[in-house]
Amino acid sequence: MAVQQALPLGDVATETPRAYRGDHLLVAKMIERGSKVLDVGCGDGDLLQLLESRGIDGRGIELSREGVNRCVAKGLAVVQGDADTDLVNYPDDAFDYVILSQTLQATRQPKAVLENLLRIGRRAIVTFPNFGFWRMRLQLLVGGHMPRTENLPATWYDTPNIHFCTIKDFVQLCDEIHVKMERAVALDSYGRPLRLNLPWWFWNMFGEQGVFLLSRGK
Amino acid sequence: MDPGRVFSSGRVFYGLMSGSARESGVERMTNLQSIRSPAAHAERSQEADHPSSQVALFGADQPLKLDCGVDLSPFQIAYQTYGELNADHSNAILICHALTLDQHVANVHPITGKPGWWENMVGPNLPFDTKSYFIICANVIGGCMGSTGPASTNPATGKVWGLDFPVVTIPDMVRAQAMLLDRLGIATLFCVIGGSMGGMQALQWTAAYPERVFSALAIACSTRHSAQNIAFHELGRQAVMADPEWHNGRYADEGTRPHRGLAVARMAAHITYLSDAALHRKFGRRMQDRELPTFSFDADFQVESYLRYQGSSFVERFDANSYLYLTRAMDYFDIAADHDGVLAQAFRGIKTRFCVVSFTSDWLFPTSESRALVHALNASSARVSFAEIETDRGHDAFLLDVPEFYDIARAFLQSAGKARGLSKAGD
Repeated sequence: MAVQQALPLGDVATETPRAYRGDHLLVAKMIERGSKVLDVGCGDGDLLQLLESRGIDGRGIELSREGVNRCVAKGLAVVQGDADTDLVNYPDDAFDYVILSQTLQATRQPKAVLENLLRIGRRAIVTFPNFGFWRMRLQLLVGGHMPRTENLPATWYDTPNIHFCTIKDFVQLCDEIHVKMERAVALDSYGRPLRLNLPWWFWNMFGEQGVFLLSRGK
Repeated sequence: MDPGRVFSSGRVFYGLMSGSARESGVERMTNLQSIRSPAAHAERSQEADHPSSQVALFGADQPLKLDCGVDLSPFQIAYQTYGELNADHSNAILICHALTLDQHVANVHPITGKPGWWENMVGPNLPFDTKSYFIICANVIGGCMGSTGPASTNPATGKVWGLDFPVVTIPDMVRAQAMLLDRLGIATLFCVIGGSMGGMQALQWTAAYPERVFSALAIACSTRHSAQNIAFHELGRQAVMADPEWHNGRYADEGTRPHRGLAVARMAAHITYLSDAALHRKFGRRMQDRELPTFSFDADFQVESYLRYQGSSFVERFDANSYLYLTRAMDYFDIAADHDGVLAQAFRGIKTRFCVVSFTSDWLFPTSESRALVHALNASSARVSFAEIETDRGHDAFLLDVPEFYDIARAFLQSAGKARGLSKAGD
């Protein structure tokens, strides 16, 4: 999706000569070799290529026809589809991991999508822009207008992002639908992880995006 | 303007509607240029029994078990190959042809003298690279270009089979192809590829012999023929059967050919292969070699002239009964029906890598059909790529110069080749 391209972040690691995005590298590190993975909203397939290069069996769904065709032309197993309507076609436990990278905020039913992720996958990895980021807050508070940043440049009337949330909101949703948070990381504007021992409110203020590894609750 | 021509073209439709008995020779559809070319017909009869392709003969010990219950024996398969089979026989690609095409994928056609129908795809350094892959295309059972079909001679009677030929299905075609591959010593296909009816065969391959198909590229097709498509086929068949020269399918014995009926069938079908936008772009309402309407039923419009040409050139190279049989085979096709009505059941646990391609303006096999297939494949956790390509060229787009399609086909095969451990020839 276009949303994905909107977050060109620097590398957190220098382990590969190729310029992979920081959040992609972080996601890839969470997944074991040989796993079967579905990337929902896979954009141009950059993350899938990274995963395949690490011996991970990756599949993708992408909404935009152009994105899909670029992925397929790279030899990736990607289908055209909509996270809101097409996830229901996948059987339970079809994947080890289902990734929703920078796409949650563009879905019509984030809660239903999240539930589906954890139905088809044993684990889910969700990354999303944090609307509680201090620059967002400042623009609304001082500027009095809907926040726009370099990474999220769309205006309120043409943005595909219809369900923004903060890290705090997301954690609440996970609690509500009894999803277990195995790992949570907040990334700063450069895609670098914030220190782990910081309190939630700090992440919610200074994390530009959140990366969550989730599994089914009891 | 020739008044005789007006009369004659009007008669075609009269004949079609009434199914009237044979009329005088005046009613010939003379507007369809070169409708009778005895040389071409002789050549075609020759091709049916003694094709200018390689032929695999299957004797009494190897009958083809047809879905209708008949054991067809003896029978033959005519096929073309391109490229070379590698030492471990792992680089074989089977191309399945569409309804009115044949095995002459990338060579000059023996009857029409025209280039192969997929010369833009099959060849050195092309998406289906003959430097890397061994490519096979066989005429389908029921066809008229050398594989046994209604235009072939029935060895039991010494006469042309005609309607005595048993009704064949898409699974029958695939079963025959599997026998051919056995004969060629190919245990597994690297890829099975097909568009339209060829795509149906490709999908049938994956459903019937999943372990023999490493990857499958299914283009502009479906796992079942829709009611609308059956309706169009019925129209075509009725056009053939309404032609008095059809003689209940025994036209070979009568020394006639149901040209007019088959041409009308082709004209109707051809419309379904295009799109409103493509027809408008190509022809609009432009007149054919004239400024003003003739106030007649002559081919005033370019689009009429084009369709008549399509009809007349088709009858030169295709057998009318074969058209009936092959359209019927498509009508009967429904993979889900063979699996308790659940499509995903057909692909349960399948390891084959799929690539499904559809075209936005294809209304014969619309994207929704491909999407239903993809959903079923997803439900089976199959590895599948699915691309819908934007074009206004309709169903026929898969045969035309569509660069995005080339890129996708090439990348799919390369990625599958990597997974199969195929190295490029010369590496």
